Amino acid sequence: MAEAPRANLDAERLLAHYRMMNRIRAFEEAAEAAQKSGEVKGAIHLSIGQEAIASGVCANLRRSDLIASNHRGHGHTLAKGASPAAMMAELFGRATGTCHGKGGSMHIADFDIGMLGANGVVGAGILIAVGAAQGLKLRREDRIVACFFGDGAINRGPFLEGLNWAKIYELPVLFVCEDNGFAAMTRTASLSAGGGPDARAQSLGIPATLVDGNDVAAVDEAARELAQRVRGGGGPQFLLARTYRLRGHTVTDAAGYRSAEEVAAKQRDEPIGRCAETLLVAGRSEAELALIAAEARREMADAVAAAREAPWPSRALAWADVQDVGSPQEARR
Amino acid sequence: MSTLSYLEAARLALAQEMRRDPLVWALGEDLGRGGIFGQYKGLIEEFGPERILDTPISEAAIMGTAVGAALVGTRPVVEMRFADFALCAVDELVNQAAKARYMFGGQGRVPLVVRQPSGMWRSSAAQHSQSLEAWYAHIPGLVVVAPATPADNFGLLKAAIRCEDPVVYMEHKDLWGLTGEVDERADPLPLGVARRVREGSDVTIVTWSGMLRRVEAAAELLDGGPSAEVIDLRTLYPWDRDLVFASVRRTGRLLVVHEAVQTGGFGAEVAASVAEALFDLLRAPVRRLGAPRIPVPYAPPLEEVCKIGGAEIAEAVRAMVG
Repeated sequence: MAEAPRANLDAERLLAHYRMMNRIRAFEEAAEAAQKSGEVKGAIHLSIGQEAIASGVCANLRRSDLIASNHRGHGHTLAKGASPAAMMAELFGRATGTCHGKGGSMHIADFDIGMLGANGVVGAGILIAVGAAQGLKLRREDRIVACFFGDGAINRGPFLEGLNWAKIYELPVLFVCEDNGFAAMTRTASLSAGGGPDARAQSLGIPATLVDGNDVAAVDEAARELAQRVRGGGGPQFLLARTYRLRGHTVTDAAGYRSAEEVAAKQRDEPIGRCAETLLVAGRSEAELALIAAEARREMADAVAAAREAPWPSRALAWADVQDVGSPQEARR
Repeated sequence: MSTLSYLEAARLALAQEMRRDPLVWALGEDLGRGGIFGQYKGLIEEFGPERILDTPISEAAIMGTAVGAALVGTRPVVEMRFADFALCAVDELVNQAAKARYMFGGQGRVPLVVRQPSGMWRSSAAQHSQSLEAWYAHIPGLVVVAPATPADNFGLLKAAIRCEDPVVYMEHKDLWGLTGEVDERADPLPLGVARRVREGSDVTIVTWSGMLRRVEAAAELLDGGPSAEVIDLRTLYPWDRDLVFASVRRTGRLLVVHEAVQTGGFGAEVAASVAEALFDLLRAPVRRLGAPRIPVPYAPPLEEVCKIGGAEIAEAVRAMVG
């Protein structure tokens, strides 16, 4: 397997990543607080600690490219270009949400920016991404699809079926496995046979690249190379990004199955701090970086404030967009 | 007009829709060799291997990739080989296809058809014989169609392919060879509209798919006795309540006949709806005839236990009319 080369990003691009990762972090910390206060009702799955993968991969996608995501998808969605205000309103279940409050965190989608949906079923996004790529190929379009999933997904059938499918038809898919070490509340390695996600991909003839998923520059460089290959007709590519989930499976999971020492050690390796170190060495000031972080927090505080004030969806919306033929009507239950 | 088999009618409908719309394509196992029953015979020669896609035996991927391909604007026709095998793809159909549009607040449509050859046929036993239409009728977001004649398999498949919703399309395997007149230039049939196959005054028999022939045979057996009106629902969701209710208003009696297991079958929905709406008009209790709640066995004499014949239907009618 190829190891990603040591990255040497220009400082402006790295600064853009720093900004994006701070926005993702601030969004999720605000969402976390809103769930703890009871304002966000449904389960949310945080990607805190994993922001570099979303930022690094999506920086190499065009607006017209597509992504499919999983239940831990806030970062992917923001990095692809969605409005945090609409996303936060969705978490609050409001009419101004990306899905008018009908989906919540696990079903955020924004087709305008090529985000084909988070998914409440582990691994389900893989087949949707592969199918979207097949549709694009059938339509002779040059767009590509990136597909985000976790290491837990590799034990589901759709992982095997979807990777095999993408390879036999040489579809334009970039598979991005975010290996955060946990499948829900269990260590993935304890329940996974064989050599891991990349070995499984390679067994199907899909080239796999391993990258430090907490090094945003490395992710960016690796994703750039892989996206180019996919775009150039090179068939599906697989990026295995090693990271660590700093929070529990959900906000309400205290993650007592791992030690505080382990989490503290991983905290020192988290991607935003590492990016800041690189930027400081490159001559950026502490004040500039602090300002970026503060701006991100303000943006997300504004998103929360707007969501709080936004109207609930009208009850009529419960009946809308079920289906055209046999559309349900309230009077005729 | 041509005389076509149920199978040929569907093949013609698919070919016509593929000529009409380059975004229509089909995917499934063995399609390049015509499919297991020959429903796709000759299509790869006309449309090529990209639009008549040979797939691995990966039901979840067949269904799941079709969802993704539909979301980007193509119109996949998904072949599941046997309805029983579609159970390997239930997440993709029920959690993804049926719900994507709704969950995403109206962003995106999933205009796909999933063909599920159904029912008892040639001693196929427990894993190749099921009629599971009630499962899908239960799922918001899905349209469920079950044609009983060659003309309907032509007109309804065309309608299903043009439909913007995901359509579960259940063809009965025992009907593949059934021949009938088909207008090859006919427009698609409307979905959700039943057909009154036979007029009658004493009892309304509602049925669909492979049971229509048995019900028609029963109606013949009753000649000179009670007069049965026969309705082929054709579409199970949405089902044609108006036609059924209008008929029961006249006859005052309802018998629902289906091949599927009676317990929790779609007949229960029809029966309950009529009982709720028309109880005061009923001249006899609503009745259902469906299979016993046993897996379909292999040996012909055992398989017979699951089947409802014309004589049984006729007897039920006589008992209702009294």
